[in-house]
Amino acid sequence: MGGDKTKIILSITPPLLIIILLFYGGIFYGLVQSLGYQPAIGKYEINFDAYYNILFSERYAKLFWTGLALNLWVSFVSTFLAAVLALFAALAIRKTFFGKTVCNFIYSLNLPMPHLVVAVGIIFVFSQSGLLARMLAQLNIISSPGDFPVLVKDKYGVGIILAYIWKESAFFFIILMSVLQSLGENFEELAQSLGANRWQRFRYVILPLVMPSLFSASIIVFAFSFGAYEVPALLGVIYPQMLPVMAFEFFLNPDLNARSEGMALSIIIALIVMILVIIYFWLTQTRIRKD
Amino acid sequence: MNQNLKKINIYSIYLGAFILVLPIIAFFINAFSFRWFYPQLIPKELSMQAWVRLKLIPREGSRTLEGFLDLWATNPTVIKALINSLTIGFVVTIVSIIIALPAARVLGLFNFKFKKLIIFLMVSPTILPPIAFVLGLNINFISLGFSGSFFGVCLVHLVPIMPYVVLTLTGIFANYNPDFEYQARTLGANKFKTFYLITLPAIAPGMVVAALFAFLVSWSQYLLTFLIGAGKIMTLPLLVFSTASSGNPALTAAISIIFIFPAILILFFTSKFVSGESSATSGFGKI
Repeated sequence: MGGDKTKIILSITPPLLIIILLFYGGIFYGLVQSLGYQPAIGKYEINFDAYYNILFSERYAKLFWTGLALNLWVSFVSTFLAAVLALFAALAIRKTFFGKTVCNFIYSLNLPMPHLVVAVGIIFVFSQSGLLARMLAQLNIISSPGDFPVLVKDKYGVGIILAYIWKESAFFFIILMSVLQSLGENFEELAQSLGANRWQRFRYVILPLVMPSLFSASIIVFAFSFGAYEVPALLGVIYPQMLPVMAFEFFLNPDLNARSEGMALSIIIALIVMILVIIYFWLTQTRIRKD
Repeated sequence: MNQNLKKINIYSIYLGAFILVLPIIAFFINAFSFRWFYPQLIPKELSMQAWVRLKLIPREGSRTLEGFLDLWATNPTVIKALINSLTIGFVVTIVSIIIALPAARVLGLFNFKFKKLIIFLMVSPTILPPIAFVLGLNINFISLGFSGSFFGVCLVHLVPIMPYVVLTLTGIFANYNPDFEYQARTLGANKFKTFYLITLPAIAPGMVVAALFAFLVSWSQYLLTFLIGAGKIMTLPLLVFSTASSGNPALTAAISIIFIFPAILILFFTSKFVSGESSATSGFGKI
């Protein structure tokens, strides 16, 4: 067994070292800097000034709390809508119909698409002179670009939400398709033979069966959209601004003092995501125990 | 149960598919049109203007093989970014697989102390956002001299990639029977031959998925390359981002088309393998 132990340690160490040094090391160094320890500019004392400034100071507090609200709004709405749309699409597409293979491919098309490209696509389609506005103009529903609502670079984050729905619905779709496939239709047929109508079959048969996968996929999507930079950087406005963009801009600020605030913000983002994931695990654990 | 859908359901599926491909249509119209003014739905004239300005296609009149080669020899920015993206993607993919294989084998086949903790540590980068570690790492990389280097960018790309490669391969090894290796060894095959003839064919499909996935994550990486590359390493996502922010739709569309090409290619190849249970799929949520 001694040989096995050495083998295990030797095999595990390289990837683990990469994660610990680069990932945890980066977080740790960010944490230290957020506490004001910046040898590069001659600061050695530890304090919570950066956190206090972000959360309560007159200069940053409003920016932070509106940003946090926007973050929660965007992540919740986009995750929820993407999941719901994908669920309906998956339920409809699993039946046989003309063009099923093509539709299946199109519905999965955004899965490998980089978020950056999806964001650019949203600009092309939903901006005031975009493809959709041109279509409406051809149909004489609107006359000038100004008649089309501001959906990209708007203060409610509609463009960001649209981009995440576009991208993540494909992710939900693939997961749901495979769950539905592995379940087959036996349960539904059984329910139908017992007299359940369409709604009842959906509510009491399909939904409970797909819920666990849907829920864990939602956590991944939520966590991602909460901390991602590219989409809000391209489709967002300066105020209110989503937190990852804000953190990055603090960090790039020529004023090196703002760097601590940027680091503090990135630590706060990580903490919020972590808390949500812990709540999720706690919820699923208690559910398993109940079963 | 009625296998055929009602008409209205079919039409809404078609409508959904149409809405989903709208951005792709917009990419192609933008990239191959010139002066596509509002409210035209279809551009009046097709044009290669964007591709000529990106120095990917020579001016009219010199569109011969020689003309192409001469133009590309001037090393246009897009080609440079494309080569950088490809090189970083290949290097990171190969390195991550080599590093992950032994670990995945051990994690898939054995039970040992702290296994759960190790898996937890390993997968945490899949949930926590890159911005949480890269700001801190950036300053360390500057002082180590990795910042702005090819090496540094490859190294930082390993962080989001490693968890998925390890997880995917661990899944493969969990369903793998090592007894065949012992049989090959008792029949006289050496270690290398055993790996080549027994292990590799068994894990190849999973390895292909892991590799394609690793490549795609590296290929789409913006923030990490931007910060660690420090403006010296230009890749396609960086080019898409800066062109998109400067607001030239034709150029943005043309570069985006080059950028999404491998993604669509990979979807073609993997649609067979990709299913909801594979951990690689869950990784797609992070690209």
